[in-house]
Amino acid sequence: MTSYALFLGCTIPARQPQYELSARKALTKLGIELIDLENMTCCAPPPLQSIDLETSLAVAAYNICLAEEADLNMITLCTGCFESLAMANRLLKEKPELKERVNKILANAGKEFKGNKEVRHYLQVLMNDVGINSIKQNIIKPLNNLKVAAFSGCHLLRPSALLRFDDPERPRIFDTLIEALGAKSIWYKNKLRCCGGLLRGYADDVALAIARDKIVNAHNASADCISTLCPFCFLTLDLGQVLIKTTYKEEYNMPIIHYAELLSLSLGVEPKELALDFHKVKIDKVMEKIG
Amino acid sequence: MAEEKPEKPSTVDFAREITSKLGGETITYCYQCGTCASSCPVAKTTDRYNPRQILRLALLGQRGEVLTEDAIWLCASCYNCQERCPQKVEIADVIYALRNIAISEGNIPAIYTEFATGLMSEGRIVPISKFLEKKRADYGLPPLKPTGIEALKKILSATGFDKIMFKKGESQ
Repeated sequence: MTSYALFLGCTIPARQPQYELSARKALTKLGIELIDLENMTCCAPPPLQSIDLETSLAVAAYNICLAEEADLNMITLCTGCFESLAMANRLLKEKPELKERVNKILANAGKEFKGNKEVRHYLQVLMNDVGINSIKQNIIKPLNNLKVAAFSGCHLLRPSALLRFDDPERPRIFDTLIEALGAKSIWYKNKLRCCGGLLRGYADDVALAIARDKIVNAHNASADCISTLCPFCFLTLDLGQVLIKTTYKEEYNMPIIHYAELLSLSLGVEPKELALDFHKVKIDKVMEKIG
Repeated sequence: MAEEKPEKPSTVDFAREITSKLGGETITYCYQCGTCASSCPVAKTTDRYNPRQILRLALLGQRGEVLTEDAIWLCASCYNCQERCPQKVEIADVIYALRNIAISEGNIPAIYTEFATGLMSEGRIVPISKFLEKKRADYGLPPLKPTGIEALKKILSATGFDKIMFKKGESQ
């Protein structure tokens, strides 16, 4: 069994128990042990990077220190947390002067960033530690060719120079993992384009227009659902459809489902264990199709 | 008799200021090809934002315009521009550097104060409600471990983050 320090972040535990439940159940079933550490904080995502990049790097590094002290690599569910932490980890490993600068700050909290651990997104863990074949062997309920519009979110892929997750223009990992469940990962227009989520709260009209594009493009490609990895993309597209209905007078009923939920369902986890009532856009259509 | 002219700030001063900031180092490589603007989901949606224009204005030394107008806050941090820039300008990071300067001068959009307040009081930018705590327990999720708020406060005070955000003695 491979063990990881679970970095849960803020949005998932506060808003999306369906994500946390499905991720914990699926990963555990596949032989990954998730260890909850004390004293973690926010990962210091873009809103905090916007306030002060130096502070954000220090906060991200502080959290990595906790995994270093526990002698564990770190696993993230949220794509935003993955970006903040993996970016800081790479930058500090590659730039000794930056590491020194951040360690001076961390000394105030009694920490030192050493740079001897990895930050991984759970898709990397599925791909590399579990493996596609092992996932396929564990599928109890294949997803019946469900047409899935994969939407990884920006921060799984970019900036690729630091994250090194997949080809930023032609990624395959997420699609491969969707197809391993017996679903079809379909093409749709502007698949890799942003959901606009980070503009919520500052320019809601612009954010909603960008989110609407994503929904319309998946709808026009006859997707049964959009599958997400990032809780912020989820919120933007799921709650977003309620706002699209009031603002644009349009109704798409496009289910937004985290990949971890699809994975759990195909591994045979009972739907009633997954807090599926936390979806604003009901996912009954999808449940019927996968039977 | 000639009146002394007020010294005109040099166009390079602002560029130097930006390149000395974390994230801003690469701005001067820009040759204005516009790949950023044509890769930008926000620029496709609204004419309030154009990354090529922000870089041009900044390199022309239009400090006031860049830092006080709304454009720099409209970057969605999707990094598409940065990925495609043929000059390897780290555009999304340059925008962070510009936001960092604007915020250090007190130009802080309300939403950022909200995030910072959450971080400084609970160590999380999204607080956890009693409702969710109960739901978590009902579904058998483990109770959340305490955050490292004390260590975090020390870090925020070492970088001056707490002072940047709450300058005028507003206690948090």
